[in-house]
Amino acid sequence: MDSRLIFEKSHKGRFAYSLPKQDNYLEIPTKFKRTSSLNMPEVSELDVVRHYTNLSRKNYGVDQGFYPLGSCTMKYNPKINDFVASNPSFTNLHPLQPAESMQGALEVYYKTAKYLAEITGMDEVTLNPYAGAHGELVGLMIMKEYHYRRGDYKRTKVIIPDSAHGTNPASVNVAGMEVLEVASNPDGTVNIEDLKAVLSDEVAGIMLTNPNTLGIFEKDILAIKELARQYGALLYYDGANLNALLGITRPGDMGFDIVHLNLHKTFSTPHGGGGPGSGPVGVKKELAELLPNPRVVYEDGKYQIKYLPTAIGQISNFFGNFLVVLRAYTYILTLGKENLKYVGKLAVLNANYIKESLKDYYQVAVPGLCKHEVVFSGLKSKAVSTLDVAKRLLDYGYHPPTIYFPLIVHEALMVEPPETESKEILDGFIETMKTIAKEAIENPELLKTAPHNTVVRRLDEATAARKPILKYQDIINN
Amino acid sequence: MFKYFPHTNEDIHQMLEKIGVKSLDELFSEIPSEILLNRDYNVPSSHSELEIYSHINSLTAKNTQYTIFRGAGAYDVYVPSIISYLTSRQEFLTSYTPYQPEISQGTLQYIFEFQSMICELTGLDVANASMYDGPTATAESIFMATSVTRRNKVLLSSTLNPRVIEVVKTYAKYKGINIEMINEKNKVLDFEDLQSKLDNDVAAVVVGYPNFYGILEDHDKVRNILTNKELLIMNVEPRAMSVLKTPGEFGADIACGDGQMLGIPLSCGGPYVGFIAAKDSLLRKMPGRICGMTTDVDGKRGFVLTLQAREQHIRREKANSNICSNQSLMALHTVIYMSLMGKKGLQEVSLKSYSNAHYLHDELLKTNLFSKITDEEFFCEFVLRYHGDAKELEQKLLEHNILGGLVLDNNDILFCVTEKRTKEEMDYLVDIIRGDQ
Amino acid sequence: MSKVMEGLKYTHSHEWVKVENDIALIGITDYAQDSLGDVVYVDAGEVGMIVEKDEMFGSIESVKAASDLFSPVSGEIIEINQEVIDNPELINEDCYANWIIKVRMSNQEELNELMDASEYQEHLE
Repeated sequence: MDSRLIFEKSHKGRFAYSLPKQDNYLEIPTKFKRTSSLNMPEVSELDVVRHYTNLSRKNYGVDQGFYPLGSCTMKYNPKINDFVASNPSFTNLHPLQPAESMQGALEVYYKTAKYLAEITGMDEVTLNPYAGAHGELVGLMIMKEYHYRRGDYKRTKVIIPDSAHGTNPASVNVAGMEVLEVASNPDGTVNIEDLKAVLSDEVAGIMLTNPNTLGIFEKDILAIKELARQYGALLYYDGANLNALLGITRPGDMGFDIVHLNLHKTFSTPHGGGGPGSGPVGVKKELAELLPNPRVVYEDGKYQIKYLPTAIGQISNFFGNFLVVLRAYTYILTLGKENLKYVGKLAVLNANYIKESLKDYYQVAVPGLCKHEVVFSGLKSKAVSTLDVAKRLLDYGYHPPTIYFPLIVHEALMVEPPETESKEILDGFIETMKTIAKEAIENPELLKTAPHNTVVRRLDEATAARKPILKYQDIINN
Repeated sequence: MFKYFPHTNEDIHQMLEKIGVKSLDELFSEIPSEILLNRDYNVPSSHSELEIYSHINSLTAKNTQYTIFRGAGAYDVYVPSIISYLTSRQEFLTSYTPYQPEISQGTLQYIFEFQSMICELTGLDVANASMYDGPTATAESIFMATSVTRRNKVLLSSTLNPRVIEVVKTYAKYKGINIEMINEKNKVLDFEDLQSKLDNDVAAVVVGYPNFYGILEDHDKVRNILTNKELLIMNVEPRAMSVLKTPGEFGADIACGDGQMLGIPLSCGGPYVGFIAAKDSLLRKMPGRICGMTTDVDGKRGFVLTLQAREQHIRREKANSNICSNQSLMALHTVIYMSLMGKKGLQEVSLKSYSNAHYLHDELLKTNLFSKITDEEFFCEFVLRYHGDAKELEQKLLEHNILGGLVLDNNDILFCVTEKRTKEEMDYLVDIIRGDQ
Repeated sequence: MSKVMEGLKYTHSHEWVKVENDIALIGITDYAQDSLGDVVYVDAGEVGMIVEKDEMFGSIESVKAASDLFSPVSGEIIEINQEVIDNPELINEDCYANWIIKVRMSNQEELNELMDASEYQEHLE
């Protein structure tokens, strides 16, 4: 397949746009005029259409097939959501229009925040954060500010289990606090004794993912909540895995004070090859005044935009990724209360079904029931590595599970089959995983050199990092 | 069961049997009963597709679409129809971050093209793909500067977009970076104030280009006095760099900003896309995804995410940034836009906006209802002082379905004219202001 | 099984030290390079930098990991091995032949606190 860049398809004099005719343009004053050449592709409209259509064919999306990527909740992205989000009445709105002229959009923002507050058991929600990690940062700023305003300046540490996503410790650092990492139990749950040992009056909060990254529910959550209260620490809920608990239990009821969600996971908005996502943050009443500006409120019979002086400040240009929020709003309305309550149950059913079906071939990391995802510790036979299994899955037309995460599981292989996948799809995947387990013993070389059928095969990542080629200009200058 | 749930009762029964539990509820038996919800969420009932449409119609009726003369960080630009046709291809839309390069070459290659195009526009060496928006990209740029200089103070020009200033201040406050504002003088940076604030703790000076008022400031002067390792960070509007002196030509160390003008619809504020471009020497301090070119085992060209040891999933609390999900699809959106426009098109829309803005500026002055408050050069936004009540004027324009300029203090109005505004629309605006309509 | 060289001193964080008069040549051990995998980048601070024993002076990156480098001794960095900076794969090829920095030691007594080859071997096991 053609791997030329759009730049390499350029022919001087071609173009792919049209603008209303205008006889003459003003000249830019010399002092501010660009003097360097501008090397941009010169191509026809069909060139552009073919180039990006063909690029898309080198990708793999949820619409193509099973995407059991653990911790990412690659559920079906309903098309009606995209259709609604393409409505010109939303896409043509200027974010600095008067509130009276965008009541429809503000209603979407306000109601989505209300629904998410209800679903998480929190009191108020901001939709301004752009992604999960952005939500974490905002949540941590709120945590820090809360203690600070009470004059409790020494609370600068945040407890995080070693099974956490990398964004957790990174967000703590960006929020100007210090990470206290605690070793987890072998099933990734918090070790209460270890937790007690690190708790002190310097701890601002405890950041947990529940179910954790091994797909296990934190069954001591109420004891953890009591400990946190006793030591004056806030409890932070990383919503990456909320899909498991939709309809079952709410972070607010578990005792969490701050929650972030990933609309691109639990609420079905597309991942877009890495974004745009949306990372709403919900808080309990005592923290609500700290939520970032701008705020959307409903007062005097209309939706209004407010900037509160009590807020932590502003963390986004405007209202976050509004069109992503609009998709999630459509999703919540489509499912409604009658169906939202089954999301967690069916996702957990799917994960346990895979776990039971593959446990003789792949080492289960934690025995017993899992929640929305199951983590294996590589092949039981240990004939080849988890990486080889993942790469072989590509040949069979599947997106591989998450691999080598969580870090505390050796040769981790993390499978998350969302509720939108049917039993037949799971059965097909299970059969393929069994076939691969057999191939690993009979013909390990086949796996070690996989994939064989993809547009490119294993890539030389070491050279890419040692001698970085990061733009077209680097190719022509070499 | 429901259109998005494929499970039949028979399926559920068989699966439960395989697992060895009797009911779906039993799958959650370890959860303490006192925290079980045991009720439906208090949200609306399930809407059929037809009900969704009628509900959405009731919402859209409450939004007004205007003829827009307002910018201030969000611009009403021409969006070629081909873009959404291509970006809505499911292979782009529904795929994950390209961690498995063998089946993500599409995403990886457009990221590489995005980096190339951003470098070309800004005149800098390396770019990432991508940041959330312009303000957060600016905040992340100052993190790069404090990290590489091991200094802790950053000077911000007061002529930056106020939302950039607000976001940078929030980020800096929690990270523990000191921010000092450089005063403005007649809508440009007060050079003497800058000079007086430079000291050995300054990691970077951040300026806008064009600035919030649309003015083109001469940053050569700023560059020339930064002789003590301070970085020059320029918050720029990238599309205009196709015709304007680039951050590279100014000798900036970092360029950052928002790519919204590269063909992204207004969308009530998002999604847009932020970017950072920098000199080679800052590569290891860049946040976010970076794609590199390499070869596969057969020697074929391929693309991978590279230099990942900078990122949160490897470096955890030592990472310089926590960004993970970004605005990838919007980066694709701008890449397709830039491919369609090419060199000629990018320059033409830029000059069209520039020329339109100058036409309107002069026409408004001719009404004698406005006065100039500065003689500085501007790009496609400009400030004029209205002799009447600017808020009243704004209201009057809204009644004529026009979103006028943004009202600032002292009845100053910040107008914006993009390539989309026609001469007829501009003349109509002037007529209404004059009271002829 | 990681290789350990006789005649060198070792740290718990897997750096090795070769002593030449008052100069310490510092690199990383075979165990360290093996756990990192393909080394792609070495940041070794700057010549003239004063380092304290056990203080971080730089970092080393592979495709999938990053690790800080700690100085086994106090002193001044007098030379950085530019060949290693330019070709980080040398660390994988022969980690004991390719030192990263040279430090002029300010307190040679500190060497006594380091492990010898057999102690390090034991530490690894």
